[in-house]
Amino acid sequence: MNEMMQVEMTVNGRVRSFDVAVNHTLLEVLRDDIGLTGTKECCVVGECGACTVLIDGVPMNSCLMLAVEADGADVLTVEGLATDGHLDRLQQAFLEQGAAQCGFCIPGQLMSAHALLQRNPHPTIDDINEALAGNLCRCAGYQQISAAIMSSAEGAGR
Amino acid sequence: MTITKTPTVVAGGVGTSPIRPDGIPKVRGEFAYSSDLEVDGMLWGSTVRSPHARARIVSIDVAPALAIRGVAAALTIADVGGRGLFGLIEPDQPVLADGEVRFWGEPVAVVAADDRETARIAATAVVVHYEPLDPLTDPERAEELGETFRVLDITRGDPDARGEVVVEGYYEVGMQDQAQLGTESGLAIPDGSGGVDLHVSTQWLHVDHEQVVASLGLPPEQLRLHLAGIGGAFGAREDISLQIHLCLLALRTGRPVKMVYDRAESFVGHVHRHPARMWFRHEADRDGILRRVEARILLDGGAFASTSPAVLANAAYFAVGPYASESVTVHAAAARTNNPPCGAMRGFGAVQSCFGYEAQMDRLAAALGIDPVELRLRNALDREDRIATTGQVIVGSLPTRRVIEALRALPLPDEAPGDDPRRLPGGTGLTTSRAAVMRGVGFAVGIKNLAFSEAFDDFTEVRAELTADGIRIHTAAAEVGQGLVTVIQQIARTATGISNVEVVWDHTGEIGSAGSTSASRQTQMTGGATLRACEAVAAVALARADAESLDDEGAWRDDQLVMTLADLVAAGPIEHLERFRHPPTTPPDEHGNGDVHAGYAVAAHRAIVDVDPELGLVHVVRVDTAQDVGRVLNPQAVIGQIEGGIMQGVGLAIMEEIVIDRGVMKNASFTDYLLPTFLDAPDMTAVLIEEPDHWGPFGAKGVGEPPTISSTAAVVAAIRNATGRDLNRAPVRPEDIVGL
Repeated sequence: MNEMMQVEMTVNGRVRSFDVAVNHTLLEVLRDDIGLTGTKECCVVGECGACTVLIDGVPMNSCLMLAVEADGADVLTVEGLATDGHLDRLQQAFLEQGAAQCGFCIPGQLMSAHALLQRNPHPTIDDINEALAGNLCRCAGYQQISAAIMSSAEGAGR
Repeated sequence: MTITKTPTVVAGGVGTSPIRPDGIPKVRGEFAYSSDLEVDGMLWGSTVRSPHARARIVSIDVAPALAIRGVAAALTIADVGGRGLFGLIEPDQPVLADGEVRFWGEPVAVVAADDRETARIAATAVVVHYEPLDPLTDPERAEELGETFRVLDITRGDPDARGEVVVEGYYEVGMQDQAQLGTESGLAIPDGSGGVDLHVSTQWLHVDHEQVVASLGLPPEQLRLHLAGIGGAFGAREDISLQIHLCLLALRTGRPVKMVYDRAESFVGHVHRHPARMWFRHEADRDGILRRVEARILLDGGAFASTSPAVLANAAYFAVGPYASESVTVHAAAARTNNPPCGAMRGFGAVQSCFGYEAQMDRLAAALGIDPVELRLRNALDREDRIATTGQVIVGSLPTRRVIEALRALPLPDEAPGDDPRRLPGGTGLTTSRAAVMRGVGFAVGIKNLAFSEAFDDFTEVRAELTADGIRIHTAAAEVGQGLVTVIQQIARTATGISNVEVVWDHTGEIGSAGSTSASRQTQMTGGATLRACEAVAAVALARADAESLDDEGAWRDDQLVMTLADLVAAGPIEHLERFRHPPTTPPDEHGNGDVHAGYAVAAHRAIVDVDPELGLVHVVRVDTAQDVGRVLNPQAVIGQIEGGIMQGVGLAIMEEIVIDRGVMKNASFTDYLLPTFLDAPDMTAVLIEEPDHWGPFGAKGVGEPPTISSTAAVVAAIRNATGRDLNRAPVRPEDIVGL
């Protein structure tokens, strides 16, 4: 029914070549075609950040990007943060600070925070607030998430 | 073999903040929310919704939808057997519209197709002919017409009592959305013999079960509800959304059916916080003692009842707040209109009236020339006082004065906005001179009842069993993100000494109801049941081993391991089923008086805001709080609830409102319905007041709702303080500040 196009992208370090419907977003393809459901569908208009993934290291709303636009890109999702099954430092900090309540926003928060720490290993609280302003959370007051990012960053500085 | 040890306090028990067991899958992206479920061969469902606030349905033609390749079913009310009606308190809402649509977005038909896109296309292909009718959208007109879900009149004391100083005020609260980030979703799987298994995110499995089987005419044992991963709730998941539609489609097609609402559909697919119109008259002596309070409260319940009767009760019973008054008259009504249905949202009813009575307390303080915090202290309720409206004697703890004094004692920081524009109203978009930015401080106190009221048979069931590895807790209580799963583990650990605790969610056929995850009740209710069940299990295990204590290895006496857990279990199962009830409550008498509540909690909030008076923008700088928590079981989770609850209160104060125009929702998206972001988040400090309550486990009180009760009132009070404007409406809009 839908017109298909072949794309090749690196997803969480693994090169994949597959057919996608040209009208499907990257979010749909990650969740429905590849089965990476850690990336969340929430507002689908780019306001909430729950679908945030990194495209060549840059946080993007995967609901606003057609999958074909990711052809040739390096895509990192929440499932790609852990190494050999071990949580990365940021995930561990989220866990310890109680940053995940319902947890629905957490994959997106983690990806935006990961990108922030990649480009700014020692962010101030204002840097965090600005970098994660596109990631809504409805359970928390954001402070436990900020604390997790700060503690992770401090660890990175040691 | 003999093992000797020194007894220690069990790790991860009450009073600590252990890692939550669902935290690891959540940070890995592996936690299965209801929207992540799938099975082979499943269909996708979609809903046809009314484009009118009120209309007669002339005809529905599903044939064009069925003609689309891949469409398996297109169903209307004609396809529904059974009662065909549902509702949390009164079954008044048709499963699918029956002859008339009564609100914009009401489900009219449902379809199922091979994939999500086809299902959506099929929904648009259903042809419905409507004859639009005049919608009733003014709640005042509705009350005049007698179109109400409930009217509650309260009188107490001498109606002729008078005070020397009188203040009157009219206040409004807008319609707030829970905006839980996980939209409504579920998966129904037919069992091949006429039954169905429904996996769904809900706040109350068993009440969904009751409504599905009644509305579809199913034998109860033919339906099993399973709790799926929940992406937030806040009241949005207490009512039926897609549960009945999924089961209907699955039973009709004989195939599994999944539905996931998109955000716009979620906005119309669940009930909202009631908009309120409220009038108050407070009379006091010159020394500030309240002599009489009168209130009229009108809530717009929308088209169907949902929980309007309970929301109205809270609004009415807390019309005076956490203050004493010997003379009270309240008239409260929940109107039936053609607006979207309203129901439970965090703090239901108590939030609305708090906005009114706290504005009144500030007005009264100004009229008296008394410090507003001092005025509150002079009237504050405590244990053994009577609730002003119901006359109920407060038998549990209610440290209102301690809460107010603790908050007042927190340093009031005089932090200037500084140079970083991100901390100014409007952020980097600030165009006003920084010197013109005005700062204000506001203080508010709120009260909320805990668990269900008015003689509702409120119970929860927990089954605890000893296994060779530890303790297993069976429950149907919804973990919506608040951390109940951790608290259950902690209570079980402290009760038994065994640290390895597994929580298992049984389906509705395996265990009795846990009641709703709402009304701040689960820590006390399911936590209370867990404590008793675990104490019973531990007693049996200790008796069997003739031992003094338990841990993960087994039973100990005189520092000797006398039986392992495996030995204990091998000698016969050790388990206990506990059905826990809180102290009984009564219905109100003809005056609206009575022992209607099971307990209370208070919280106070102090907000600091910066206001741009030219653009009418507000930055909430700080919201500090003191909260009556009974006993802290998990400090980290309590803080999480407090900070998150304050944020929802900040949202209602300055940005969150569903806009309804002649019954039509105008802003059903996160582009147009604004939620607080990181940049909107105030700094927060919380003081936890521990004064154990009379029935929660270890004296604990529910903590989920108090943070939202008075945070809105405090923020708006701070904006009044900054601007000098008489703001009587939440949320405060820019035009309210600039005075357009």
